Order: sequence, then structure tokens, then C-alpha cells
Amino acid sequence: MAVVKADLALCQGYANCVVAADDVFDIDDDGVVLVLRGEVPESERPRIVDAARTCPVSALEVADS
Amino acid sequence: MSPVTVIVGTSIGGVRTAQGLRAAGYDGEVLLVGEETALPYDKPPLSKGLLAGTSSIEDLTLLTERAAREAGIRLLLGRAATGLDIGTNTVTLADGERLRYDDVVIATGARARPSPWGEPRGVHVVRTLGDAQRLAVDLRRGGPLVVVGAGFIGAEVAATARGLGAADVTMVDPAPVPLSRVLDPEVARWFAGLHAGHGVTTRFGVGVEGIDRARDGLVVRLADGARLPAATVVVGIGAVPQDGWLRSSGLRIDDGVVCDRYSRAVGTEHVHAVGDVARWPHPRAGELVRAEHWTNAVEQAACVAHNITRPRQPRAHAPVEYVWSDQYDHTIQLTGRTGGRLGHLTVPGPDPDRSFAVLYADAEGTFTGAVTVNWPRALVACRQAVGTEAPAAEVRDRVTAARPRTTTGARP
Ligand SMILES: Cc1cc2nc3c(=O)[nH]c(=O)nc-3n(C[C@H](O)[C@H](O)[C@H](O)COP(=O)(O)OP(=O)(O)OC[C@H]3O[C@@H](n4cnc5c(N)ncnc54)[C@H](O)[C@@H]3O)c2cc1C
Repeated sequence: MAVVKADLALCQGYANCVVAADDVFDIDDDGVVLVLRGEVPESERPRIVDAARTCPVSALEVADS
Repeated sequence: MSPVTVIVGTSIGGVRTAQGLRAAGYDGEVLLVGEETALPYDKPPLSKGLLAGTSSIEDLTLLTERAAREAGIRLLLGRAATGLDIGTNTVTLADGERLRYDDVVIATGARARPSPWGEPRGVHVVRTLGDAQRLAVDLRRGGPLVVVGAGFIGAEVAATARGLGAADVTMVDPAPVPLSRVLDPEVARWFAGLHAGHGVTTRFGVGVEGIDRARDGLVVRLADGARLPAATVVVGIGAVPQDGWLRSSGLRIDDGVVCDRYSRAVGTEHVHAVGDVARWPHPRAGELVRAEHWTNAVEQAACVAHNITRPRQPRAHAPVEYVWSDQYDHTIQLTGRTGGRLGHLTVPGPDPDRSFAVLYADAEGTFTGAVTVNWPRALVACRQAVGTEAPAAEVRDRVTAARPRTTTGARP
């Protein structure tokens, strides 16, 4: 499994991650990222890494569990 | 011999192409060449956090020497490209060195449109790290600031300067409203009010005649005869693609490098372009477009990296346009086609005093795009709806229904 982490203090609500993977990321009414699934199977890692890399302020990280 | 990809331009488009090649499993050599000596850096903070002093150069760095090494990317900094020969597959550098390539990626972006009124001391543009650092020094020196051009960069500089405590900030634009290229007049007037409400003097609908040096600073002369004293002037009147080095390449250059839908320079198979310098046929626009937005550069870079690695299954670049801007404590987001002669309807957000969405529609009522203010959830719904041919009324319902999913425990 890969672990999905978000730095809520860095998040600016630019929402690129939600558009890239709305099964893993969402955004709340304050414009802060919500991680819907904190762990994703290895098979999904490349797609979620790509989604994390669309963050303009590098607030997202996909790490090993 | 393993293949070689030479990428010219070391900002977001170039760096993401280099990293994307590795992510796609490209096993050739990757050379990333740029004329700037600074490590590759990101531009959006230049008019925001970096100018405000809340982000550092490290925060802006896109690729360190070490990260480049680990990814197998050869970084050639301080090396400007001066020519491209598509017959011999070589890029020529200013020092005379020639780099042979199998694929070349043009990622030379754009430069600030220079001030037509000269550049006496105190007059700035904001495009590079150096530009932003010099402006930051002058802003800290104090005195009246005049911002010429009420586009995104001008508006952000004015907002940042106010945030730094600049007492006397004036924004000038010959258009009657700010952001006139992307907003309709009614919504644009709200933005004029945003600046006025934050203590910026706005002079819309009047052009600049000249910038003169005065005994103790500068004077900006306006078309209506007004003379605005200034210690610092920022000229934010757009950007021009940096395609001059390709003049003798034989490529079709017309406000950028003209590409096919796979972001390959027309008539070539191994010359690609990404980011602000690329102009390509957008399927939804039905014409050639050039985008000057961060997310476009990132998406196009991924597409080009894929196309170099898997040339037999090329992917077309058909992005949903998206740009954000931060002004004062407001997050402004645009997606799709907005403004112009499109019809629009306004949807109040969760905090009606601060947040709203404006949805745009064509003559048939089909949703084309949106502007949202302090309402990222609405932006997401709108961005997902662009290109789906949904009626604007239906998108409005989706936007109003856009309530947060409650994911107890998801937030620490
Ligand atoms: C102040 C500012 C704020 C911005 N804010 C936002 C924002 O909030 N949201 C948003 O979506 N977008 C924003 N943008 C736009 C975004 O930054 C650009 O779309 C993005 O930088 C484009 O990336 P690029 O790599 O295509 O080109 P560029 O960033 O222009 O980089 C081109 C690189 O190529 C190099 N180069 C040029 N010619 C040569 C040559 N002959 N040889 C070698 N190297 C060369 C340049 O030195 C530069 O490093 C902003 C831009 C600026 C300037």
C-alpha cells in the first residue's frame, strides 16, 4: 500500500488534485484538501503520484507505508 | 547508442517534461538546458509569496542539482540556445557547442512585454526571479507605486504591495475594467471594487502616455492629462513568446511555435513544444491557442513526455483551461471559456459576502466556463463540467449541490 499525505497548511485550494483523482482527493467549503483514501494499493500508485504532482504548492505526498 | 532528448528551457514546462520522461520509463539521455544560471524555479510565487517575503527561493525551486542527478537529468544552466537545425538534429548554444538530439523539446516560455515608455530606474516588469527580487527591494524602499496593466500580474502586484503596507498604490489600465480579457464588464467591476476596497486608487479607461524621470523619482503621464508621481512603476501588460532563437529553424513560428494536436511542431516528428511558447489546435476552441498558465504547462509536459516515450500511441493535448490568482485574501479561479460576449449567471457561495461563482454560457445556453471567488468546490464542479456540453442551468445545480463530503477522520 502507498500512503497519501496532505499538508493542510500549504494547501491553497487550487484543486488540481481533485480534478486529477476525485476518488482520492476532495476539497471542503473552506477550500482545503480532503484525503478521501489515506491508503491506496500499489497498482494505483502511479496515477495518484501523477495527481499529487499537479499540486502547484507541492502540498501532497505519496509515501511508502 | 541510447537516444537523447534535449529540452530547452528550465522552468515548469521544461522541468516537468524531463521528470515526465523518467516517469514514463524513457531510458535515453535527458539534457535540460537553460539560459538562466539559477536553479529551475517556479513563477506563480514571484508576484505573490516571494514578493511578499513569505516564500523563499528554496520554496520556488523546481529541481535541485541532487534531484536532477538522482533522476538522471543532465542540467546545463547558464547556457542559452541560439539555434535549432532540424536537418542535422542539433541545438546550438551561445558558446558554440552543438547538442545532438533524437527528440527536442522547446520550452522557452515567454518574456514580459517590455515597457513601451522606456525603462528608467524604478520601472519594473515581473517575469524572472531577478525581476521579482529587484521589485521587492524597491517596494520596501516605500513611496508611491503605480501599476500599469490590470491583468493577473498587475492585480497581484498591487495586492501584494498593499499587503506590505504600501500606502499609495494606483492601478492604471486603458480598459474600462480590470481583467477585461477574461471577464465580462459586470463581473470585472466587482474586481475593480475589490482593489478600491483595499485602498488601491484605480484609474481604469485611461491609457499611459509616458513615464518621465523627475527630480525625486518618476512621473506617469496619463492620456487625460493626469500626472502620477511614483517611486516605483510596474508594467504588467502581457507576455510575448520566446521564439526568437528559432527564427532560422524553418519551423512555423506565429505568436509561438505552431504545433499539431500532439504538441509537435507542424511538419516535424521529433520537435515538440510545451508551455507558454507552444501554440496548438485546441479541439474545443476550433483554432490555434497559446496558454500562459501553469497547469497547462504541467499537463502539456506530461503529454509530450508520453509522446516521446511512446511515439506510436501519441496523446493529443486537449486540456480544460484553468488558472488561479491570489489577490489580497481572495482565491480567484477561472476555467474554460469566460468573459467576452458570453452570457453569465451568478451563484452565491457559502459565504455570500466573500464567495461566489459566475457561470458562462454560449447562445444556446451550453456551459463554457466559470470564474469562482473563494469557492474551490464550485471551481471543481465547473472544471469537471467544461467540455461536457452540459446546459449552464444544470451546472448551476451541480455547483449549489457541491457540499463537502463528510469524511470523518480524513483531516487530522
Ligand atoms: C509573476 C507571475 C505569476 C504567475 N502566476 C500564475 C498563477 O497564479 N497561476 C497560473 O496558472 N499561472 C501563473 N503564471 C504563469 C505561469 O508561471 C507560466 O504559464 C509558466 O511559467 C510557463 O512555463 P514555461 O516553462 O512554459 O515558460 P517560462 O516559465 O517562461 O520558462 C521558460 C524558460 O526558458 C528559458 N529560456 C528562454 N529562452 C531560452 C533560450 N534561448 N535558451 C535557453 N533557455 C531559454 C527561460 O530563461 C525560462 O527559464 C504566472 C507567471 C508569472 C510571470
